[in-house]
Amino acid sequence: MWRRAGMIGIALYCLVPFYWMVVSSFRRTADIHDKSPLPAPWSLESYEAVFAEGMGFGRSLVNSLVVAGTTTAVTLLVGTMAAYALARLVFRGKNVILALVIAVSMFPGALLIVPLLKLFTTIGWINTYQAMIVPSMSFALPLTIWNLTTFFRQLPYELEQAAMIDGCTAFAAFRRVMLPLAAPGVFTTAILAFIATWNEFIIAVTMVNDQSRQTATVRIAQFTGAAKFDTPFGTQMAAGVLVTIPLVLLVLFFQRRIVAGLTAGALK
Amino acid sequence: MKATHIAAALVLGAGLAGCGSTTPASAPAEQEGGGRGPITFLGGKFEAESVQKIVDAWNAAHPDEKATVVLLPESADEQRRKLIQSAQTKSDTGDVILIDAVWTSEFAANRWVDELKLDTTGFLPTTIETVKYRDKLYAMPLFTGTGLLYYRTDLVKEPPKTWDEMKRICADVLPGQKGMSCYAGQFDKYEGLTVNFAEAVSSAGGRLLDDAGKPQVTSEAAKQAARFLADGFTSGMIPKEAITYKEEEGRVAFQEGKLLFYRNWAYGYEAAQKTDGSSEVAGKFDVAPIPGLNGPGAGTLGGNNLAVSAFSKHEQTARDFVAFMTSAAQIKAFAQTSSMPVARTAIYEDPELVKKYPYLPALKEGILAAVPRPAAVRYGDVTAAIQESAYAIVTGDKPVDQALTELQSALGPLLT
Amino acid sequence: MLSPTMVVLALVVFYPLVAAMRESFYESGQRLDADGFVVEGEWFAGLANYAGVVEQRFLNAALNTTLFTVVTVALEVVLGMAMALVMRRAFRGRAVLRASILIPWAVPTAVAGLMWKWIFQADGVANTLLGTDILWTADGPWAKLAVIVADTWKTAPFVGLLVLAGLQIIPSSVYEAAKVDGSTPWQTFWRITLPLVKPALLVAVLFRLMDALRIFDLPYVLVGPRKQSVETLSGLIWDEATRVHYGPASAYGTALFCYIAMITFVFVKLLGADLLSDVRSRGKEARDVA
Repeated sequence: MWRRAGMIGIALYCLVPFYWMVVSSFRRTADIHDKSPLPAPWSLESYEAVFAEGMGFGRSLVNSLVVAGTTTAVTLLVGTMAAYALARLVFRGKNVILALVIAVSMFPGALLIVPLLKLFTTIGWINTYQAMIVPSMSFALPLTIWNLTTFFRQLPYELEQAAMIDGCTAFAAFRRVMLPLAAPGVFTTAILAFIATWNEFIIAVTMVNDQSRQTATVRIAQFTGAAKFDTPFGTQMAAGVLVTIPLVLLVLFFQRRIVAGLTAGALK
Repeated sequence: MKATHIAAALVLGAGLAGCGSTTPASAPAEQEGGGRGPITFLGGKFEAESVQKIVDAWNAAHPDEKATVVLLPESADEQRRKLIQSAQTKSDTGDVILIDAVWTSEFAANRWVDELKLDTTGFLPTTIETVKYRDKLYAMPLFTGTGLLYYRTDLVKEPPKTWDEMKRICADVLPGQKGMSCYAGQFDKYEGLTVNFAEAVSSAGGRLLDDAGKPQVTSEAAKQAARFLADGFTSGMIPKEAITYKEEEGRVAFQEGKLLFYRNWAYGYEAAQKTDGSSEVAGKFDVAPIPGLNGPGAGTLGGNNLAVSAFSKHEQTARDFVAFMTSAAQIKAFAQTSSMPVARTAIYEDPELVKKYPYLPALKEGILAAVPRPAAVRYGDVTAAIQESAYAIVTGDKPVDQALTELQSALGPLLT
Repeated sequence: MLSPTMVVLALVVFYPLVAAMRESFYESGQRLDADGFVVEGEWFAGLANYAGVVEQRFLNAALNTTLFTVVTVALEVVLGMAMALVMRRAFRGRAVLRASILIPWAVPTAVAGLMWKWIFQADGVANTLLGTDILWTADGPWAKLAVIVADTWKTAPFVGLLVLAGLQIIPSSVYEAAKVDGSTPWQTFWRITLPLVKPALLVAVLFRLMDALRIFDLPYVLVGPRKQSVETLSGLIWDEATRVHYGPASAYGTALFCYIAMITFVFVKLLGADLLSDVRSRGKEARDVA
């Protein structure tokens, strides 16, 4: 009985605020301040406004996809190699590197902004995708390395040893034997890195000021309403729902993996 | 600065070799006489539809030099941040930019905008003062405006001329009106608060700065003004929600019948007049000059000017575009579709327009009498300091005298 | 195999760190020439940029950051623990529960900020439900509470998941033994569950601590920039940086970095959440096997 109440309590806690955002997004602008639990009447007005010409929201979703996708791909490429080396190979300074990777994950994003802004200005990177992708790796990479190192350690040693005995180099052993085995872990890490980059804000808001290159999270925060000083809550809620949908889908389909990935770092 | 940066990058050694070897692009825009071609206009959402009509007219006449409009964020502070960020990164995201009347000095001194050589006759004199820095022209006036007092004609016969009159009217009217408060302006901590504070000071007969540019915020007038706001909040004359009000929150409250008096710009007239059910006060309100301590108040000069970004690649086109947008013909066309006040004198004397917007002559007087905010090179710091103290006053965090003394000493070094 | 990682980290972390520290000793953009133009270039400023560290605004931001961190992390641990205990035994509806618990975590922080801003409007649903007319998003103590509520909502489920994973590796035989010995549920929790789940909990807390100390987007979107009651260190740095005060921004950034490093160090030392030792012992195992 108590357990049941607890479960319902948790679900309500997690879902009710989100539910309110969804409901508000389906109201008309005229009755956006209504408090009824369901919109009356239902309206797609806010969604039409989101995709209206000049809002550039569709474009920003594409930008988010490009930035998050590329960051994830590059991070995985770089991070998988690093994680494998850290999990398996024996070399001097390994602990220092691991310590560094952990230290990097506590690096405040705000400190990164000024120097990178100046550097990217000098090399002409402002308003480019790489100006968002490269700094995003500062948090995506430690996350990837951390997760994958844990994951690689759980794989049996015998396999690579066998491969090495068969004359494979460490790298070949990694590529031919470990990588296929590690696919599930890599996939989980990819989802986590993707979500983290998709949600990134402070870098994207600083490095890009061209509307056609902005990512969706930044675009929403900068939505302008119809009148001069109007805060377009309906439009913001609708856009918020749209930005969250890809993530909710990922969560629904891959919840088991995500939970496994999130907890991997914690349990070791 | 650039050189030291490359050097710093190189010092970091091998890890950065790939990055350091990238040639340092010399980004600054082409010099005087620079190119023609398509341009981007970074504008606020000030009457975006009417602005678009001017842009369409330009595009029809200049098919090879088309202008695209991109809208800036809502609040003036956020617009400023974004424009400064573009300038700091030398990016050409906006060839023509719409800047607040009070930013001209800052943008000119930092070489973020180009000097202009355009004819400034036919504009309201107060607006011309806002486009110059050290006697050189850096922008063209587009919009202007000053604070107006919106009041309910169904409840108030004669708009008040002084703060005391306003309080007296409220004391008479409010007991019969449930859920209605007396007065509000914009008191959230942003540019609007600077405007409202400056307006209160000048309406009490004072000035933020004297003629020599020295701060005067501990004057008796400034204290009276600060007390008007602080007491307004403690006595409930100003509703406590007003410390979250920017223009729109207050406009909505006024339209919902929650305010008897509201200080706002002229733009709100159109929306409050709408009869589609969104405004409960349509046909039941009017605007008047704002009240003051001992007589009519003096508003703060608002407005927005057009400038050419120093980082534009199609500067020549940008200059022509500015001239086109501020030309007499285009401004008149704009005024016919929008209640946003513009900077050309002729508009306020046009019989057809005066018929449509009866408040125009009064607004003109208001604008000519309006007091500009301090045009400092470090305006960002100046307004931040004013907002800091004014917010402490309206929230009651600090006693009036203490807040003003602190402001006086904070402003000193920023204005040299 | 590590060199690509090193290159990336050098570019996006170590270069900015060094550059920021250097910048914190310079001033720029504050001088005017005779024609009234801002003089380009920068000048060595010594410790002038650090003067602000002892001033009220920085101290206030440091206090807010610390308060948010302590309160939200404490709340999240309690709530997360409770969630984990409930979910451990949940079988029916578990998938639904797990999916819903991931939603707060998946919603982008900026969007979560807008969402709570909407809920906490003066005429929003929070005031309607509570029957109050509190100004949650205005500067003041209520704004602090609003930020704490929003942050806890977003991250307590994350802590819950980490703790749940820790709970699940406790063998059920331990609980059976406790039952046989006649232990009350309360005793079981304090004597068995808590000590056994401690390692997982400490890691979760450490992650959250480091994250909470950097908090920026939530107060920024929910209440707004430069609001005294919710301004955090990251917010202050961002505000200074975007107002072209690069020197002070870098100085505060360096201070924040030191603060986070110090907290992490103390936490690891005091509570023994030693991430590295585990890595080390694993490395040793690896060598032994090899």
